[in-house]
Amino acid sequence: MLTVWAILIDGFIYASWLFLVAAGLTVIYGVMRILNMAHGSLYALGAYAAASALGLYYAGGGDQLWMAFVIIAVCAITIGAITGLAIERGLLRLMYGRDEILMLIITFAVLLILEDVMKLIWGTTPYFAYQPYAAMGRINIDVLTVSRYDLMVLVVSIVIGASLWFWLERTRIGKILRSIIHDREISQAMGVNVERMFTITFMIGATLGAIAGGITAPIISVVPGIGIEVIVLAFAVVVTGGLGSITGAAIGAIIVGLARATSIHTMPELELFIIYAVMAAVLVFRPHGLFGQAVARKI
Amino acid sequence: MHLDKTEISLIGVAVATALAAQLSPDWLVFTLTLAISTALVVMGVVMLMRAGLVSFGQGLFYCLGGYAVGLGGRFLGITDALLLIGLGVIVTVAVAMILGLLMTRYREIFFAMLSLAFSMILYGILVKSHGLGSTDGFGVVDWTLLWLESETADGANMALLLAIGLALTIALFLNRYFKSSIGLACEAIRENEVRVEYMGISRQQVLYINYVLAAAVGSVGGSMTALAAGHVDPTLAYWTVSGEFVFIALLGGTGHVAAPFIAALIFTLVRTYAVELAPNAWQMILGIVLLLIILFLPKGIWSLFTRKKGAAS
Repeated sequence: MLTVWAILIDGFIYASWLFLVAAGLTVIYGVMRILNMAHGSLYALGAYAAASALGLYYAGGGDQLWMAFVIIAVCAITIGAITGLAIERGLLRLMYGRDEILMLIITFAVLLILEDVMKLIWGTTPYFAYQPYAAMGRINIDVLTVSRYDLMVLVVSIVIGASLWFWLERTRIGKILRSIIHDREISQAMGVNVERMFTITFMIGATLGAIAGGITAPIISVVPGIGIEVIVLAFAVVVTGGLGSITGAAIGAIIVGLARATSIHTMPELELFIIYAVMAAVLVFRPHGLFGQAVARKI
Repeated sequence: MHLDKTEISLIGVAVATALAAQLSPDWLVFTLTLAISTALVVMGVVMLMRAGLVSFGQGLFYCLGGYAVGLGGRFLGITDALLLIGLGVIVTVAVAMILGLLMTRYREIFFAMLSLAFSMILYGILVKSHGLGSTDGFGVVDWTLLWLESETADGANMALLLAIGLALTIALFLNRYFKSSIGLACEAIRENEVRVEYMGISRQQVLYINYVLAAAVGSVGGSMTALAAGHVDPTLAYWTVSGEFVFIALLGGTGHVAAPFIAALIFTLVRTYAVELAPNAWQMILGIVLLLIILFLPKGIWSLFTRKKGAAS
């Protein structure tokens, strides 16, 4: 019974983190039909920016917890929005209309470039920003000890998920975006500025990636390569749930999160294996993921 | 058997390379061996690309080939290189025949991501296999080739000659394969698969055969790498390695059977120097070159040759 509770708590905490990482990826794919491999780099950029800024703050004698969160938010949003804008305006704009698979390769190139840019800026030594994580302490749920920071990630994830849903389903821009998702050309004919919507979407998606990185920074040691590890996890989540669907990303995150937690508590050697096995199993029965829509083949 | 112009030049280049290797320093021989092995895996990626599929998981077969050589030598006591490579091909074909049933149902990014997932599954298993050295991998036994021992002074040269022999055989085969009905059907599927079905060709069957063949070729490349480097580790299956294969495939283009070899040679040579001169900028160079190819040379380096030929005639 204890294991079941542990699996549920760990599973949902991990799922909330997965959702944070995957949300930006699925938003960009949903609207722009670009599977953005560079998403992992945005995550890493957010983590590096937050970790180095927190490092400066704590080295300067700061010890306010709320200030740490302000720093994380400001750093992540700034670097995510700027990098997102630069990638979309500087590169992707030139490539619109090409094959989805070519866009995948292009963003792979961006990932490779950003990985080294980060090494040139931050070097290869790890950055630590554990202070907020340590300062929040732990609470006991029954006999299990859970970090308050992890619970906060859960809350942030729910808030971001709900805001995204509200943004897409209840606001004017959201409605325009949904019309683009349905039919890009018709919406353009109806007077929608598709290019600007793409820019906005890409910036938001990129910022979400950077926020995920910023929030994760206090939990991990920030080293080169974290983006490359994270991107395949995010892919597994969005492909399981169905590319381009926010609900799908949430469900996918929960499935993958629970599967991984189950594996860690019962068969730890299968941890990495289980994530992709779940994805493969879902794709066998639902080739476009749980919430994905099949596209008609061209004739 | 009648040989066409491509086949005669392939044989010529292979013989010339083998002769030139006798005068080359050891490091160049080793680099060449690695380049040829890489080119074989890339050839698999190119075969899939000709059918319109991009695999971000060819590292799966590369790794299977490599580990088959390592495990075959370690646990089965096989030391003959050709037997070890054969073992790799058998294992890989068996795996590909199962995965192929699933993979051939997918196209575009779904094919790319699913192939990536399968190679990461293998990576995950190998990382957790402590008996096999986990992330460190393990050494490959000293191998023999028919009656020759690799641990003589000329081991590097022997590996190169073996690689050239295998590459020539495979290149000659693929040159014919690309012009065979299945090879041509693959290209037709890339253009429009529904029409291919109208013509009475089963796209499923064509893609399946192509997928399994591409896997087998990739396995030979992996085995050859393991024999030459004398070591295998799980990174062979990591997805960025597969990404590099896609890079080399795009660099060379799908236009000619020799293109992957030229691209792999350029890649391996540039990497040897770039990693030494600018270890933290190597991936950036890769990324920038990749973007430049996509923008300015969408058909790869090979199109430079064909364009010149077209202008001359």
